Amino acid sequence: MKELLQGNEAVARGLYEAGVTVVSSYPGTPSTEITEAAAMYDEIYCEWAPNEKVAAEVAAGAAIGGARSFCGMKHVGLNVAADPVFTMSYIGVNGGMVIGVADDPGMHSSQNEQDSRNYAIAAKLLMLEPSDSAECRDMTKLAFELSEQFDTPVMLRLSTRIAHSRSIVDTVDRVDVPLRPYVKNAAKNVMLPAFARPKHEMVEARTVKEREWAEICALNFVEDNGSATGVIVAGSVYKYAKEALGDTVNYLKLGVVNPLPVEKIRNFANGLDKVYVIEELDDILETHCRKIGVEVIGKDLFPRCGEFSQKLIAEKMGVARDESVSIEESIPVRPPVMCCGCPHRGLFYALKREGVYVSGDIGCYTLGASAPLGAMDACICMGASISALHGYNKARGAEAEKKAVAVIGDSTFMHSGVTSLIDIAYNRSNSTVIILDNSITGMTGHQQNPTTGLTIKGDPTSAVDLEALCRAIGIQDVQVVDPYDLKATRAALKAALTAECPSVIISRRPCALLKTVKHKPALTVDTDKCIGCKACMGIGCPAISMKDGKAVIDATQCVGCGVCTDLCPKKAIG
Amino acid sequence: MKSVMIVGVGGQGTLLASRVLGRVMLDAGYDVKVSEVHGMSQRGGSVVTYVRWGDKVESPVINEGEADVLLAFEQLEAARFLPYLKKDGVVVTNTQQIDPMPVITGAAVYPEKLIEKLEEKGVRLTALDALSLAKEAGSQKAVNVVLIGAMASSLDIPEALWIEAIEKTVPPKFLEMNKRAFELGFHA
Repeated sequence: MKELLQGNEAVARGLYEAGVTVVSSYPGTPSTEITEAAAMYDEIYCEWAPNEKVAAEVAAGAAIGGARSFCGMKHVGLNVAADPVFTMSYIGVNGGMVIGVADDPGMHSSQNEQDSRNYAIAAKLLMLEPSDSAECRDMTKLAFELSEQFDTPVMLRLSTRIAHSRSIVDTVDRVDVPLRPYVKNAAKNVMLPAFARPKHEMVEARTVKEREWAEICALNFVEDNGSATGVIVAGSVYKYAKEALGDTVNYLKLGVVNPLPVEKIRNFANGLDKVYVIEELDDILETHCRKIGVEVIGKDLFPRCGEFSQKLIAEKMGVARDESVSIEESIPVRPPVMCCGCPHRGLFYALKREGVYVSGDIGCYTLGASAPLGAMDACICMGASISALHGYNKARGAEAEKKAVAVIGDSTFMHSGVTSLIDIAYNRSNSTVIILDNSITGMTGHQQNPTTGLTIKGDPTSAVDLEALCRAIGIQDVQVVDPYDLKATRAALKAALTAECPSVIISRRPCALLKTVKHKPALTVDTDKCIGCKACMGIGCPAISMKDGKAVIDATQCVGCGVCTDLCPKKAIG
Repeated sequence: MKSVMIVGVGGQGTLLASRVLGRVMLDAGYDVKVSEVHGMSQRGGSVVTYVRWGDKVESPVINEGEADVLLAFEQLEAARFLPYLKKDGVVVTNTQQIDPMPVITGAAVYPEKLIEKLEEKGVRLTALDALSLAKEAGSQKAVNVVLIGAMASSLDIPEALWIEAIEKTVPPKFLEMNKRAFELGFHA
C-alpha cells in the first residue's frame, strides 16, 4: 500500500516488516517518532528507557538473546550510548541489532551539530544513510540482514530533513523472524581482555569484508549523465544536488557511509575533469577520497556548518537562480517561548527575582534563558545542570552556594541527573537543585518517563517517587511547591538557599499542553484599574501585550493560569 | 512540480494543514514530499512546513523564489517568508496578528499595514480573517482548516478530494465543524 510516511515512521515500518521484536529508545528530536510509530505495532515490544545507554544495552541484550532489536536516539544521545555501542562492535550479535541515530544539521532542536559518521568510524561499525522515506524503510530492513551476515550491530544515520520529511513508501507485510537459539559462548559475549584481543582482530577483518561488500552493493550507485563533472553525495544532500544540478553532472550516491568503497570511487572519478564531494558537517567522504588518491573539491567550497539546500548547492556550483521579492521592513524575529500556562514560567520568574546563578539543563525550560526571564547562566548537556552546579559551588565556595541553583526536568533527572545528585549528597555539597516536574517529557512532544506511571503504550506501571528517591540518596531537605503559587515558590527558594545542607525543591505542576489538564477561562484586564506599570509583562507570557499604554490579554492564547494576576499591584487582572 | 510553503506560529496547527495537503496530492496520484518541524521551534516560534508534488519530487525543502503558494497563518510570518515566493506566486494569509516576544518586551515593533505592503509588491494576495471564520464554524481551533480551504480554492484539485482528506485526518466528532470551516475558507 502506498503511504506518505515520515522518515521516522518509515524506519518504524522497516522494523515491523523486518520482524523486529524488541525496541528501546530515549526520546530526542529528530529521532523520537521512530519509537512512537514502532509502539503502534502490537508485534513489537517497545519501551522508553531512562536514557540512551540503557536503551542500547536493552537492544544489545535482546540481540544476544537471539531477537532482532533496535534502539533509536538523537546524535547527542549517541554520546551517552557510546560505551555499550563500542563494545557491542566487538561482541557482535545473535539476532540482528540496529542503532538508529538522527543528526541535526542546522541545530533545529539541539545544542551541537556533531556528525555521527565519526562514531561509525571510531566504533568500526557499518553505517547506512537513506535519502528519503522509501530508503529509510528499505535500509532498515537491509541493516538487519547485514547485522546478521557480518555479525555486527549496524548503524542507520538519519538527519533532521530525512527524519521529519514525508515521502511515499510502498509498504509490504511483516515477515516474522523466529528467535535464534541462545548458546552460551563466553569467548564471544564476555569481553574480558583475553577474549577481547582476538575479537579486535575479528573486527578489523570484518571491516575488510564489509568494504568488499560496499564496492559491489546496490546502495552505492553511479548515475552517468555523460558529464565531465562528478559529484559524490549521500543522504539528504543527494536530493538537494539532484534538484540543483539535475542531469548536468554524474553522481556517485553512497548509501553505505562506513566503510567507504575504494575502487568504486576511483572508477567513478576516472576520466572526469572535476569531482566534487558535497557533504553536510564534517569532511568524512572528502578525507577518504584524498586518502585513496582521488582529487576532489569539498570543504574549500562547501561549509562545514549548518544545513544544506538546493539553493546552497546551486550557488556554490555557479548555477543561476530566479530572483525573489521581499518587504523592505525590519521583521521582528519570533523565537520559541514557553507556552501560555507553562508551569516553568512561575519558577523562572522567582529565579529571576532572586538573581541567582542558574545551572541549566536540556528541555523546554532551557527557554528560561530567553528574554524577558533571562534566568539561565549555563547549559551543557542532559543531566549536567546538577553536577556543573556542584563544580561551580566547589570552585566559588560557600557564598556562591547561597546564590546558585540547578534546574532540571523530571525526564532529564531520570536520564542522567540522579547520579549527579548522588554526587552532591555523597560529597556534602551545600547545593540547591530544583526538579521541574511537569509529569511528562515535554520538549520532544509528550513522551512518558519513569516518573509518570505510564508506559509508552499508555499502560499503568510503577512511578518513581521523586521525594523518596531524593531522601534515599541522602538529601534530607526536600520541598514540593506549585510554581503557579509565586509566593510559596519564592519562599521555598529562599529556605533552600539559606539551608546549611544540600536541598531539593520539586516544582510540580503538569505541562499545560497535556490533554488531561483542564484550562480555566481566559483572563481579562480591567482597563480602568490598569496603570500600565508592565509588572505582568515581566513573566514573558505570549498572551500579554501592551496596547495604548494598558495591558491586553489575548483570549485565544490565555489558559487562565493566574500567575499574572498575582503580579498586578492594582488587582486589574481577573 | 508545485510547491506550497505553510508558515505560522508554533501551536497554530500548520502541521495538520501540511498533512491534509500532502494526503490530497497523494490521493491525486502525484509524487509528494512534506517537510515538517518538530521540537524546540514548535514552542510558539516561527514554524515552516513545505509540501511539494509533481511527477517526481527530489528535495523536500523549498528555498527562496521557489514557492507557488505561501500560506501564512499569521501576517508577520507572511512578510517574513515572502522571499520564498516565486515571482508570480500566490500569498494566502490570515489577517490575525500574534505579537512575537521581542514585540511584547518592547525590543521590536510589529510592522504596520503589512497586508498593504504585501499588495504593493504585486503578489497575488488573498487575505482573510480566518479566526472569525473559524469561530463562525464553531471553534477558534479550526483556523487551520479555514486556511486550508482558502488555499484549496487557489489550487486546481476537486473539492471532494479535500473533504475526503479532512475526513481521514480529523477526529470524527469534529468532522462537521471542520467541514464548515473548510467551506468558509474555500469561499472566502
